[in-house]
Amino acid sequence: MRAPGGFGPWTAAIGLALLSLIPVAVVASAMLHPDQTLWDHLWRHVLPELLVNTFWLALGVGLGVTLLGTGLAWLTAACEFPGRKFFSWALLLPLALPAYVTAFVWIGLLDFTGALPTWLRENWGIAQLPPIRSRGGVILVMVLALYPYVYLTARAAFQGQGRRLLEAAQSLGVSRRRAFFRIALPMARPGIVAGLSLALMETLADFGTVSVFNYNTFTTAIYQAWFSMFSLPAASQLATLLICFVLALVMLEQLSRNSRNYATSARGGGGARRIVLGGANALMATTAAGLVFLLAFVIPMAQLLSWTYAIVATDLDIRYLDFAWHSLLLAAFGATLVVALALTLAYAQRQRPTPAMQFTARLATIGYALPGAVLAVGFYIPVAGLDNLLINAWHDSTGQEIGQIFGGTLAVMLLAYCTRFLAVGFGPVETGLARITRSMDEAAQVLGTTGLKRLFRVHLPMLRAPLLAATALAFVDIMKELPITLMTRPFGWDTLATRVFEMTSEGEWERAALPAVAICLVGLLPIFFLVKHSDART
Amino acid sequence: MKSLKAVFFSALFMVGNSAAQADEVVVYSARNEQLIKPLFDAYTKETGVQIKFVTDKEGPLMARLKAEGRNTPADVFMTVDAGNLWQAAREDLLKPVNSKVLAANIPEHLRDPGNEWFGLSVRARTVVYNRNKVKAGELGAYEDLANPKWKARLCLRTSKKVYNQSLVGMMMSEHGEDKTEQIVRGWVANLATDPFPDDTKAMEAVAAGLCDVTVVNTYYFGRLIEKKPDLPLAIFWPNQNLKNKAAGVHVNISGAGVTRHAKHEAAAIKLLEWLSSEKAQNLYADVNLEYPANPKVKADATVAAWGAFKPNLINVAQAGALQAKAVMLMDRAGYK
Repeated sequence: MRAPGGFGPWTAAIGLALLSLIPVAVVASAMLHPDQTLWDHLWRHVLPELLVNTFWLALGVGLGVTLLGTGLAWLTAACEFPGRKFFSWALLLPLALPAYVTAFVWIGLLDFTGALPTWLRENWGIAQLPPIRSRGGVILVMVLALYPYVYLTARAAFQGQGRRLLEAAQSLGVSRRRAFFRIALPMARPGIVAGLSLALMETLADFGTVSVFNYNTFTTAIYQAWFSMFSLPAASQLATLLICFVLALVMLEQLSRNSRNYATSARGGGGARRIVLGGANALMATTAAGLVFLLAFVIPMAQLLSWTYAIVATDLDIRYLDFAWHSLLLAAFGATLVVALALTLAYAQRQRPTPAMQFTARLATIGYALPGAVLAVGFYIPVAGLDNLLINAWHDSTGQEIGQIFGGTLAVMLLAYCTRFLAVGFGPVETGLARITRSMDEAAQVLGTTGLKRLFRVHLPMLRAPLLAATALAFVDIMKELPITLMTRPFGWDTLATRVFEMTSEGEWERAALPAVAICLVGLLPIFFLVKHSDART
Repeated sequence: MKSLKAVFFSALFMVGNSAAQADEVVVYSARNEQLIKPLFDAYTKETGVQIKFVTDKEGPLMARLKAEGRNTPADVFMTVDAGNLWQAAREDLLKPVNSKVLAANIPEHLRDPGNEWFGLSVRARTVVYNRNKVKAGELGAYEDLANPKWKARLCLRTSKKVYNQSLVGMMMSEHGEDKTEQIVRGWVANLATDPFPDDTKAMEAVAAGLCDVTVVNTYYFGRLIEKKPDLPLAIFWPNQNLKNKAAGVHVNISGAGVTRHAKHEAAAIKLLEWLSSEKAQNLYADVNLEYPANPKVKADATVAAWGAFKPNLINVAQAGALQAKAVMLMDRAGYK
């Protein structure tokens, strides 16, 4: 039977899933050729440590981003306190800073030779602070870098649910605190989990930040097997293990969520009142938001600006216009494509919410948990293979030599971004769609609005906020992305992110500040846009 | 200004790399843009030959060369260490080059015995110490840093960095695996703090008094001292008094080879020959305070001021051959 949606949701979803599964399948195919000596070594000397490390890192970052992201989202979405308007967008800014850059700045400031410990030692005789290069340090820095994912999705969830339910609960005598924990928080769960999954996948795929801390995780072992032991197969096998692990977690979460319905018809509308915090509560709210903003953005940015100031005269040249332009173009087109594909996938899932369909959707978005360079290779191998087939066929039939057809084109680059960042678009869109009630669909159907028409006339206007959030996330993530950009960019298509790479790969971190600041400036555009448009309606 | 649409769609749909053009060379480089572009610009100015290049890490570049196979646009593969060149040769990604010029310009221990790749600059890994706390006379060989007298006085960069892997690889080719593992365990026992992510941080820790001695590549020392001339740091050349062939400062190379399926083979060889020549070697090495590979060329004045040293003359290819084993050894010894 064809679904009432009319555009074959299965076809769309399976097509998309297959597309983004190709690189994962290429990586997983390495499982067929295990390297015995290397695996013996990994089991005995590498895996025990990295499993423990990865576990604590994921747990710490998961808890941290959930608490910080949800708390701040509730404060700015539902409460009123001094500075709320400013913080509601300012707390998103850390997204625009690459996490490994933030990490480098914090280590520079807080390690033994850093400014603060040196000052404490020389003036106060305080010998040692708790070491920043530690498990606690890496968790702290990653929480500061990644909480905006949860903040953004949780905030959209709180905004969407409106305050009437809460007001109703309070009029029935439920305390404000109880209402938050019993009503607002459970209803926002899909949003919070969507952000949390993104933050966790980013954590598991991260290489830059953990290597600045020299903290061994799955990713560092993957790169060590590949770059140091020259075994791409062993690296791919480790990556496949990582993927299986992530997939299991994702399915568990899915199962625990399936029995519930998160749709709500009690929308906030313009009349909803914010909870006005007074006295000590207001002060605490402002302090908390201010502290997070200071640590996650102001201090790292101040350090980057001071480095930039020192080198801007020699390093800034006319080419930066090109770098910024390339970054902007790739991020804009890439994010649009990512969100369009995510919407297709999420819509197909809504039309046919079977377990098989949900599994397909999860599989399609799993690329986000793969270390970037591994995904890039998994993507590039089939592209080059296709090129070789076509070039050879052309050569055989005409006798002419031609160059690459797909390799080195922007189309391929954008497609590669989609395989990596589909999850970033899918999370917010899926949770947004889930909040639209079925009865609304039925009402539309009764009025004769079905299929694509319903998508455009009924759903899209209601999805405005999640779509904007998804676009902004994908935009900023593509701006910062490195491995895919490095591997698939056409000759001469350097971006701001590749400038950061050129500097940091020879250890010239101070000189990397200039492109990092530039990424931040360009990355601000979608954040401003997002906040302006998503707040206009609440 | 060209319209957005025009720029975008031309790049989107036009064939990215049109078929081989005459008078150009395509380079895949793991050596940074800011280190190679000045050279390539000079070459184009002198010869009219255009150079197209793309930068990335060695691992992805090799995976890319392999995937592209005989249709790769790349003519030259360039790295900042010998291990990856050795691996590229092993994977049959490079082809032998018989060039009298290269053979004359590059010493034997800095190029592939099978002539598939050539060192173009030398990166020396040496000992740096705190002048206020250590006398040069107390220092000797890399191996001596395992002596308990350096307990809690040693700082090291992470074993993930290829230069430490090649250093340990070279020690393995000299002492064998067991003795090397003992030495590395000794280093780990002497560490004052967890290994650092980069050489600069390790030197800063020595300068700040957290530890007394470390092992770094000289150009990091040069860069740091240029910025902060007052730091109490000095270079010591280790392993100078030993009598065997393996004695000497550990050196790695930045180098290049011609790819197996190069479309512009002759032009690629010409480029490598030019890069090894006296007029290009200073430009190649000095921009990053490295040592020229061509012995007829003098190092930059800043670099020369650190004094002369006897390098380890074992072929740098050994570093590649032993790299995976060196990594496993360091894992076993607990060197993070």
